[in-house]
Amino acid sequence: MTQYIIKRLLLLPLLLFIFSIFAFFVIQAPPGDFVTSYIAELAASGSSMDQAQIDALRAMYGLDRPMYIQYLKWVGRIIRGDLGVSLDWQRPNLELISERLMLTVALGLLTFCFTWAVAIPIGIYSATHQYSFFDYFFTVFNYFGVATPTFMTALVLMWLAFQYFGVSVTGLFSPQYVDAPWTWGRVVDLLRHLWLPAVILGLDGTARLARIMRANLLDELNKPYVEMARAKGMSEWKLVLKYPVRLAINPLISTIGWYLPLIFSGSVIVATVLNLPTIGPMLLRALTNQDMFLAGAIVLIYCGLAVIGTLISDILLAWLDPRIRMEES
Amino acid sequence: MSSEQRPILSVRDLKTYFFLDEGTVKAVDGVSFDVYPGQVVGIVGESGCGKSVTVRSVLRIVEKPGRIVAGEIFFRPRKGNGRLLEGSQDGYVDLARLDAQGREMRAIRGAEIALIPQEPMAAFSPVHTIGDQIMETILLHQAVNEEEARRLGIERLREVGIPNPEQRMEAYSWELSGGLRQRAMIAMALSCHPTLLIADEPTTAIDVTTQAQVLNLLRSLQQQHNMSIIFITHDLGVIAQIAEYVLVMYLGRLMETGPVVDIFHHPLHPYTRALLKSIPSVYTRSRTFLPTIEGSIPHPFNRPPGCPFHPRCSQFTAGICDQKTPLLQPVNEQQSVSCFLYHRRAEED
Ligand SMILES: Nc1ncnc2c1ncn2[C@@H]1O[C@H](COP(=O)(O)OP(=O)(O)OP(=O)(O)O)[C@@H](O)[C@H]1O
Ligand SMILES: [Mg+2]
Repeated sequence: MTQYIIKRLLLLPLLLFIFSIFAFFVIQAPPGDFVTSYIAELAASGSSMDQAQIDALRAMYGLDRPMYIQYLKWVGRIIRGDLGVSLDWQRPNLELISERLMLTVALGLLTFCFTWAVAIPIGIYSATHQYSFFDYFFTVFNYFGVATPTFMTALVLMWLAFQYFGVSVTGLFSPQYVDAPWTWGRVVDLLRHLWLPAVILGLDGTARLARIMRANLLDELNKPYVEMARAKGMSEWKLVLKYPVRLAINPLISTIGWYLPLIFSGSVIVATVLNLPTIGPMLLRALTNQDMFLAGAIVLIYCGLAVIGTLISDILLAWLDPRIRMEES
Repeated sequence: MSSEQRPILSVRDLKTYFFLDEGTVKAVDGVSFDVYPGQVVGIVGESGCGKSVTVRSVLRIVEKPGRIVAGEIFFRPRKGNGRLLEGSQDGYVDLARLDAQGREMRAIRGAEIALIPQEPMAAFSPVHTIGDQIMETILLHQAVNEEEARRLGIERLREVGIPNPEQRMEAYSWELSGGLRQRAMIAMALSCHPTLLIADEPTTAIDVTTQAQVLNLLRSLQQQHNMSIIFITHDLGVIAQIAEYVLVMYLGRLMETGPVVDIFHHPLHPYTRALLKSIPSVYTRSRTFLPTIEGSIPHPFNRPPGCPFHPRCSQFTAGICDQKTPLLQPVNEQQSVSCFLYHRRAEED
């Protein structure tokens, strides 16, 4: 088991290296650079720059150097813990990101917990009560959950909350806490605001997960080991929870890996609609303004999260499934 | 076995049907038999004739949409299991009347009637150790702590001839060979000393040599513990090795019953005869084709009227066999047959 984990950990630097190249070239892909879009912005507001100024600006940000030099310098700085300065915000990227990263992680984890806590019991109930009224009810509900775009749900809920309760559900803080330093009151205020976006963001995933859980469990319920457990005289719900549920959840564990980054990136539209101070909208803005170092840093963090997520789910899976542990060693 | 003894299990006119959208499958359709203490009863018949459903009905683990629609399953629990016997004068409980998932039935399943399934590979959970699953059975039915349960589990594994039982407790089923796995399954089934063991084709999934070992093991355990066994197989050779009494089943009904010697030496029912002809023997000339039973088993939805075997029967009498369903009737000291060649008693309908 330890050997298995160490093997995975040794792979980490290699993966991150590959991802850094990937991140860098992806953000370089759109034509032009920050200066181009800066000039366009200036032009839109009526002013302009001469060629010398432009060249000076490019030289200042190192944009006139060959691509690989730019990459090496960028990676070199990142290794030293320097994520660079945002060209757009004129503030250190680390500062910009860390503020939002914490909120994003909090929202992501809450969404994740909500999804599992709701989907797994629904899946178990539907499978063990196949074709019952509630099974049909959940099936219909799940179809709606999967088919409705998340931002739509967000808009409808916002409208309902505003129309009937007179509350505005945008943002993650009440006005008096937006720029306040961290206090107990601010944490409570955050939690009061966080659950609704978590529910909105989690609805789609919940519906999907419940459907997969139902299908997996239905498969497992027909397996001979379930009949054997029955023949041993175990009570029905005990044996269902101990054997088939356990085996039906195993394949879901591996979804945690890609679920983590999905929550972060998939929430861009919802975060914009709900005006959440999370990372998604920041990445969107960085990309449109060609704020390449900020965008690169964020993309790299996404990749890091994907790697960590995969690592966590690999470890969980090996811990839960002895067959996988055996294969690896 | 002595015939004066009272049976431990007495099944009367059992009917278990599956209610599907396409129609009703009469998987078991009026089956009666007795199992005496210490007796090994074999059930033979082609695939799909209802052998498994019969014993699953006894265990009350028939899955939906299947249901016992009629009949009685009288079982005689141990004296100690007194609570079960409330309201019964003769010491029998009708399992068919119990709630399948209720406390009474669960106290019998695994403790008094145990199952050895066909595929030990699939019948063990792949993510729980063998020890965990054996101890679980012991803890369910016996008032012992975990340490004691482990000790008993190791003892059972040793009893079925598994080397290094302490280590095997921590093993997973897929780490064992087929033979050891089936032995572990037997150990689990015997962990609470059941009085009736149901073995549903326990040797189909393993090779012939191992099969013989497992059969010998079952035989000796059966004698040690004076258990009764219901042994299902479609291999008549295996029946000859292990059973004392044989039930020949076809399409949910019993065609013939009797002691193994009589069934093998003078089979009465045309189906039994056909079945016996289809097994290879040392007397069969090599390079001749093994005779197979003519025709094929009818689809479960359109069971033929009258005797279920008549479309394939070489001795069928038109106007009788295709009109009326023969009852299983004793025709000599030992054997009972449901065939109009031997008697006229038919089901009234
Ligand atoms: N879950 C089920 N749903 C519908 N029909 C079933 C179900 N289980 C069994 N049957 C039907 O009941 C009949 C008897 O099946 P059973 O499993 O008892 O046969 P068997 O004699 O044990 O055969 P085999 O030798 O192949 O194990 C079959 O026709 C089968 O189609
Ligand atoms: Mg069967």
